[in-house]
Amino acid sequence: MNARAADIAIDVHGLTKSFDGRTVVRDLSMQVKRGTIYGFLGPNGSGKTTTIRMLCGLLTPDSGSGTCLGYDIRTEQDKIKRHVGYMTQRFSLYQDLSVRENLEFVARLFSIEHPARAAREAAQRLGLAEREDQLAGELSGGWKQRLALGACTLPGPQLLLLDEPTAGVDPKARREFWNEIHALAADGLTVLVSTHYMDEAERCHEIAYIAYGELLTHGTVEEVVEGSHLTTYVVSTENGEGLAPLAEELTGLRGVDMVAPFGASLHVSARDADKLDKAIAPYRKKKGLEWRRSEPSLEDVFIDLMGRAKDNFK
Amino acid sequence: MSRLVVPTEARKERRGGFLHRTWAMLVKEFIQLKRDRVSFGMIVVMPLMQLLLFGYAINTTPRNLPTAILLQESSDLGRSILAAMENTKYFKVTHIARSEEEIDRLLASGKVLFAVEIPANFERAVRRGDKPALLVIADATDPVAAGSALSALTPLVQKALAHDDAVMPGETVLPFEIRTHARYNPAGATQLNIVPGLVGTILTMTMLIFTALSVTREIERGTMESLLAMPITPIEIMLGKIAPYILVGFVQAALIIGIGLLLFGVPVFGSLFLLALLSTLFIATNLSIGYTFSTVAQNQLQAIQMSFMFFLPNILLSGFMFPFAGMPTWAQWIGEALPLTHYLRIVRAIMLKGSTLGDLQTDTLALAGLMLVAMAIAISRFRRTLD
Repeated sequence: MNARAADIAIDVHGLTKSFDGRTVVRDLSMQVKRGTIYGFLGPNGSGKTTTIRMLCGLLTPDSGSGTCLGYDIRTEQDKIKRHVGYMTQRFSLYQDLSVRENLEFVARLFSIEHPARAAREAAQRLGLAEREDQLAGELSGGWKQRLALGACTLPGPQLLLLDEPTAGVDPKARREFWNEIHALAADGLTVLVSTHYMDEAERCHEIAYIAYGELLTHGTVEEVVEGSHLTTYVVSTENGEGLAPLAEELTGLRGVDMVAPFGASLHVSARDADKLDKAIAPYRKKKGLEWRRSEPSLEDVFIDLMGRAKDNFK
Repeated sequence: MSRLVVPTEARKERRGGFLHRTWAMLVKEFIQLKRDRVSFGMIVVMPLMQLLLFGYAINTTPRNLPTAILLQESSDLGRSILAAMENTKYFKVTHIARSEEEIDRLLASGKVLFAVEIPANFERAVRRGDKPALLVIADATDPVAAGSALSALTPLVQKALAHDDAVMPGETVLPFEIRTHARYNPAGATQLNIVPGLVGTILTMTMLIFTALSVTREIERGTMESLLAMPITPIEIMLGKIAPYILVGFVQAALIIGIGLLLFGVPVFGSLFLLALLSTLFIATNLSIGYTFSTVAQNQLQAIQMSFMFFLPNILLSGFMFPFAGMPTWAQWIGEALPLTHYLRIVRAIMLKGSTLGDLQTDTLALAGLMLVAMAIAISRFRRTLD
């Protein structure tokens, strides 16, 4: 392991993967520093899962190369598997085994000493101790996800790859899950987590946005928002009345790139501030409308990125 | 921005709802059936396979049964009798033995189903009118195969020799006696044949199904992805999945043999240890084959269908239901490639004949070979990645 690899957990360049002639990931490069929580964002089918699978040796890239924990992702998959915990998108532990049996199975696969004790400790750490004997298939969504996290942290990995771990989990369980992830990162673990949720993205140290198989932007949340050069206005009406027709009108305007409803208000954004100002000028004087200049939200930025990527893609 | 068009009021319903809904279901089923290639194949292949096997391969009155002869004297009469026997088409002399021990060995190993012994001074005794005995020993572990040949023996030989003046100068009754000896199963009890055979068929069926589902189930339930991301090799997965069922198969075999002994009086003459050892080999062979199916099949249904398609020729061509020796050569070759064929010989030989490993080495090696081939295919088919 060289000096560089010591503080970089994931370092890949030009990863490309296609299935049946359809390119799912295109020329993707990324670097993840050790000990950080790296958010991996993007719409469905954007190539997040495929990228994660290439990182942990489950898929072989068509081209490109790189290392994961200093091990070559093409030739040293066996070593990667020893030190990486991969939590799949779909619950992939044995539904017909109990919590303890699942954890013991993992412990034995990793040749951990005293698998029974290791499983018990993991269950306790995750607050699963009282449910040890319950079948995994009978757990609720939040507990299942907790068990899955427990199973992939049990062997003491250096890197966690979490593929949409909080999909379909209630807000409380989601928050606890993220607290757990932060605690793990504080212990020095590197975490790559893919998600759809913008609030989760903001809990990451760094984020990357991927759409149509291409990495569109990366950096801290502030860097990404700043880098978007997006100007956003928030317009609201009293009681939110008349928003829908207004949205329709604004959408058709030259100089307006995006209109998105947010509760009782609309986010109106564009890349060119001058044109946007000109376009909305007549509406700013209208009665009953309240206009306010605002920071674009992460979601605005991503929707915009996606729209642009789609144009390039075509 | 595009918008979803949602009908604001419920669409008008057509009349005859029952027919429309049934039709909708029917169309959907046909589309799904069309996509499912293996099911589609089974619809065509199963009847074809059965028709061809029953039509061409299976023969309940077998011919050309392998026979050994032991000539204690060299005489024209002896040769005439043998020629007459071969002319019946039931018997085919494949071995010439030099001693009674050799005859025993040939029968015990299953290389021949019949042995004919012409005693010393046979011709002289015939001429003197002593009515000496010609000994025909049959391996009666399969009463169907042995029975028809034995019952046809005396009249056929008599007919064949009727015009041979050297043997029957003007007589219509044979000047010698054909003494038949149904060895291993003198009463011709079919249970003695069926019970050991059932050990083989039941093991084949259950072992195949168990492992055929093992990998496809992991893939279908999504657990394979986790498993592949952990440090375990394909060989470890395979051995770990096969091993428990060896015990299961063992329990099954013990159950059938035990009940066979208690209820039907089917004995175990040979070594129980040898039986256990070779049964283990047979169980492992079937598990490996099932596991191979599991790595090929796309889903659990396909795995079951493949097992069933493999099971059918096992039943028909192994000698379980119909005499092996009665099948044409091509069908016998297919039979030789099936594990059940070899195990049936082994289990019948050990239980009914008391055969030893030395007698059964060919079949043992064949089973081991089949197992290794299946394992090699399974390992090479097993994908370590999701590519």
